[in-house]
Amino acid sequence: MSEREVLELLRENARYSTADIARMTDLDESEVDRAIEELEAAGVVCGYQAVVDWDKLEDERVRAEVELNVHLDRETGYGDIAERLARFPQVTALRLVSGDYDFDMEVEGDSIREVSQFISEKVAPVPEITQTVTHYVMTSYKENGIELGDGDEDDRLSVSP
Amino acid sequence: MTFELADRVQSVPPSGIRRFFEIAEERDDVISLGVGEPDFATPWAARDAAITSLEQGKTSYTANRGKRELREAISDYVADRFDLGYDPDEEIIATAGASEAVDLAFRALVNPGDTVAIAQPSYISYEPGVTFAGGEVLPVPTTEENDFRLTVDAIEQAGASEADLLVYCYPNNPTGAIMRESDLEPIAEFVREHDLTVLADEIYAELTYDGHTHTSIATLPGMRERTIVFNGFSKAHAMTGLRLGYALGPAEVIGAMNKIHQYTMLSAPTTAQYAALEALESCENDVQEMVAEYDRRRKFILSRFREIGMDVFDAKGAFYCFPEVPEGWTAEEFAQDVLTEQGVAVVPGDVFGAGGEGHLRVSYATGLEDIREALTRLEAFLADHE
Repeated sequence: MSEREVLELLRENARYSTADIARMTDLDESEVDRAIEELEAAGVVCGYQAVVDWDKLEDERVRAEVELNVHLDRETGYGDIAERLARFPQVTALRLVSGDYDFDMEVEGDSIREVSQFISEKVAPVPEITQTVTHYVMTSYKENGIELGDGDEDDRLSVSP
Repeated sequence: MTFELADRVQSVPPSGIRRFFEIAEERDDVISLGVGEPDFATPWAARDAAITSLEQGKTSYTANRGKRELREAISDYVADRFDLGYDPDEEIIATAGASEAVDLAFRALVNPGDTVAIAQPSYISYEPGVTFAGGEVLPVPTTEENDFRLTVDAIEQAGASEADLLVYCYPNNPTGAIMRESDLEPIAEFVREHDLTVLADEIYAELTYDGHTHTSIATLPGMRERTIVFNGFSKAHAMTGLRLGYALGPAEVIGAMNKIHQYTMLSAPTTAQYAALEALESCENDVQEMVAEYDRRRKFILSRFREIGMDVFDAKGAFYCFPEVPEGWTAEEFAQDVLTEQGVAVVPGDVFGAGGEGHLRVSYATGLEDIREALTRLEAFLADHE
C-alpha cells in the first residue's frame, strides 16, 4: 500500500524529494528510497520526464496523433509491428487500442513537413500497415494529468473565517 | 445624518480576521494559509446540476424548508454516513449555508439573558450570533493538554452547568481537533443531567483522518431530543459560494427555526439546492479524493512545522492545523510580522476565542507547492529572529 502511495506521489510530481514523500506518507526517508528503488528495478517506474507546455515556447514543436490500421499474417503479430515502430525516435507514444483502428501513435517533430515526411516515408511503407490517419495537435489543454495554460486563478479571499 | 445603531450591533467588535485580510490584500506576493474554504472547485456533477436547473428556468422559491427531494436526500445521507435519523418533513431545514442555520437556532432558542456556553477556540460567528440574539456568552476554553477536546471538567470550571445552550464545532475550526465517541459520552451525560441543549456544528464531519470517523453526539442515548446538528456543503463538497447548509433536530425547534427563516430568507438558494442534491447523489468519490489530498497535505505540514522547530497540535480533522507561537510573541504579533516580513498569511489563534492565544490557525486548503514555500518562508522568518 505504501508503495502505491509513493507511486501516486511520483506520478503527481516526480520532483518531490524523498523527504517530501516521507512527510506525506508517514514513511521514513529510507523506506521511501527503498520503495522507489524497487519500483524502478521492477520496471514499474520506467523514467521521469518534464510535462511541457510547448505553446509557451517560441520554437515550433509539431505533434500528431496517428491512427494506424494493420493487417496481420501468420508470422507477424501486433508486438512485431509495435517493436518496429517504437524504435523510431519520432514516435513518443504507441498504444494498441480497441475500436476502429489498431494503433494509436504519437509523433513529434520540428515541422509539419518533418512529421508528414516521417509518416509517409517511414510508417506508411511498413508492409502490414494498411492505413494511416494523421491528426495534427493544434493546442494541448492537458498533458499527463496536468492542466496546461496560465495556471489556476485562486480568487478566494486571502483570509476568511 | 448620524444613525443610532442598535446596541447589540455596536457591542460586537469587527471580526479579528478583517485586519489580516486587509493587509494581505494590499500585497501581491502573499501566500495565504489563512483561507477557511477548500481550494478545490465544486465537483463537476454538482456544477452541471446547478447549470441545468438554470437552463430549465428553475429559479423560483422552493418550499421554505427546502425542496423535499433535497431533504429526503439529506435524511438518507446523514443516516448512511453518521447513523443519524431525521424526518425530512419535520426535522430538517435547508438554509443559506450552515451559518444561517446556526443563526436561526440562536434566534429560535435564546431568550434575552440566556447563557450560551461556547467551546473555544471556535468558529468566529457563534459569539456575535449569541449577542445578536440577546444572549450572554460563556466561553468554555479547550486546551492543547486535552487535545483541544471539550471536557466535562472544562464545562464545569467555566461555570457552564447552569447554561441553557452548549455550542461546539467538531472537527474543529480552528484547531483541527476531533471528538471521539468516548469523549462525547461524558459530555452527553453531563448535558442530560443539567438539561442543556446542544448545538453541534458538524460542517467538517467528512474531513477526518488517520482512520478516525466522525461521531455525532445526537447518536448517543437521550441526546437526539436535545441536540441541533448543523452541516452543509461548503467544506466537504467545496461549495462555499453556493451557500447551502442544513440543520437537523427535533420538529419543535426546526419548526421555530423555519418560522424565522420564512420571514427572512424565505428559502435557501434554489440553484444551490439542485447542486446539493446532485452532490449527495453522485459526488462521494469527489469528496473522498479531496479528503485524501487534504490528508497528504496535513501530514506534510505537520511534519514541516516540527522540522522548523514550531510545536504543532496533532490535528486529525477539518483542514487546519494549530501550531504554537514561539516564546516571546503574542499570536497577533507573530501573525502580523510574518505577514509583513515574509508575505505569509496565517490567522492568530486568539481571534477564535478563549484557548486560542499563543497559537496560529494555519489552513492547508491550498496547493502543496504553496504550503511548501510558505513553510520555507516561515523557517527563514524564525532564523531571522533567532
